[in-house]
Amino acid sequence: MAVEERAPARATPAAAPRWVHGVLLVVESFWRWYRRNWRATAVSSVLQPLLFLLAFGLGFGSLIATRPGAEAATGGVPYLVWLAPALLAMSTVQSAAFEMTYPVLSGFKWQRVYLGMAATPLTGAQIALGHLVWVAAKMTLTGAVYLVLIAVFGGAASIGVLGSLGAAVLTGAAVAAPVMAFSASREDEGAAFNALFRFVVLPMTLFSGTFFPVAALPAWVQPLAWISPLWHGTELARAAALGTGTAGAVLGNLTYLLALLAVGVWLSVRLFTRRLAP
Amino acid sequence: MVQARDLRKRFGAFEAVRGIDVDVAQGEVFGFLGPNGAGKSSTMRMIACVSPRTSGSLQVLGMDPDRDGPRIRARLGVVPQLDNLDTELSVRENLEIYGRYFGLPRRHVRAKAAELLEFARLTERAEDRVEPLSGGMKRRLTIARSLVNDPDLLLLDEPTTGLDPQARHLLWERLYQLKREGVTQIITTHYMDEAEQLCDRLVVMDGGVIVAEGSPAELIERWSTREVLELRFAPADRPGAADLERHAERVEMLPDRALLYTADGERSQAALHSAGLRPLSALVRRSTLEDVFLRLTGRTLVD
Repeated sequence: MAVEERAPARATPAAAPRWVHGVLLVVESFWRWYRRNWRATAVSSVLQPLLFLLAFGLGFGSLIATRPGAEAATGGVPYLVWLAPALLAMSTVQSAAFEMTYPVLSGFKWQRVYLGMAATPLTGAQIALGHLVWVAAKMTLTGAVYLVLIAVFGGAASIGVLGSLGAAVLTGAAVAAPVMAFSASREDEGAAFNALFRFVVLPMTLFSGTFFPVAALPAWVQPLAWISPLWHGTELARAAALGTGTAGAVLGNLTYLLALLAVGVWLSVRLFTRRLAP
Repeated sequence: MVQARDLRKRFGAFEAVRGIDVDVAQGEVFGFLGPNGAGKSSTMRMIACVSPRTSGSLQVLGMDPDRDGPRIRARLGVVPQLDNLDTELSVRENLEIYGRYFGLPRRHVRAKAAELLEFARLTERAEDRVEPLSGGMKRRLTIARSLVNDPDLLLLDEPTTGLDPQARHLLWERLYQLKREGVTQIITTHYMDEAEQLCDRLVVMDGGVIVAEGSPAELIERWSTREVLELRFAPADRPGAADLERHAERVEMLPDRALLYTADGERSQAALHSAGLRPLSALVRRSTLEDVFLRLTGRTLVD
């Protein structure tokens, strides 16, 4: 058997990359994966929000356009303009929930790519943060595409919708982080994710003031909306797009979302570290 | 390269590794042998700095895994028991991405990937996705990937489990080549022929402790006889162990055959014959590590 000689080319002595650099290397790896496989997810991440935009913004919107009182509920702007920033936030929350469930469990259990990473200088904290940063970056990217579509259909009131995109990405990240921690704690085959989608994500998308003001709900249900991160995100996104919202309210929404993000990151880092180095 | 003293690993109430001493020298191929659950993989994971030790001391490449995990891992190559390739990426992408995890520059990683594709004989499949590759190819890719950072120490956890003979021999040849290049290797296996082929020195583990240590030849000499007489009997005239023990130093009764450990197999066979024992078949062979293993762990391989 012929034996090829392996050139002992050692250009750089292998050393552990710096902390933030390590996070970015994980992001780079997900980016490379996405570059090759983006078609598989592009449809669901853009087409689905587009369907919501068409069905509710244009279809349902035309139905209520002539109804007295509709303008009052939306603060005087067309329903589509009122709905669009909220849909932006809803789409990031939905993709956050999806991206942080099965893919995370797969990283530990099925494909085990996290285990491959953990054998290199990368730490559990860098892997968790890298994946989260990547998901946030991807939400920004697909959110921007969505925003262009919204503008094309006449849903963008002002340049403030760029702020709505920022609010939507923050909301997505604030949901993504705790969901990531939840997934990292699962040992099963992901059966719990169905419950998460059905009993957390779906009610959250329906009752966070996306399609109708929370004020339209019975008074005793309204506090439930306040614990929903999507409600806070929707308030922020609308405040940016429509110029509504007071400084106090905006500060409250921001604080809630940042706190949720911080708790989620803290839990994820702990759980990743423990699961990757038992 | 590796020095462990009274190394222990406990998972809850279960102590997987119960105080072992290990020294692995530079350039050596060192093996951990043992049945499933012996504590081999737990030990490997502690050396790989992906599992903190419960107690004892451990130095890998002169550093403490608890303190310098990332710095040690930067100089290790790891072949895990279960492949964790990214099956949705191409063969080449898997190598390049892995190299980047070590913070190696893109250009270096590209050149290295090309070189490792040659090494693993995967150049023709470089642009294919990993998913449809055969088990042997995936394993070769995993080994190539573990070399992307030019490791000083290569850790291989059951590298050939589940491979067909051709694939195993190709892998052994590659590992031998690495050995000649001076790469220190630590291997766990439960294939005795693999340990005999590859390892300069090995330890046999059972129940979390080391039960024997030495080169394959030393272990055979110390724990087994020169020859083994393998006998098969018809179920009806299968003799008891006591009848056979008269003609050998030691007898191992397996479900399907009897192993007689003896210095001279031919002579024992003749003695059996004159004692009126008539096996269906008899085979004299030299002792192997498998015999050592049977003796030390007191059982056939648990798979």
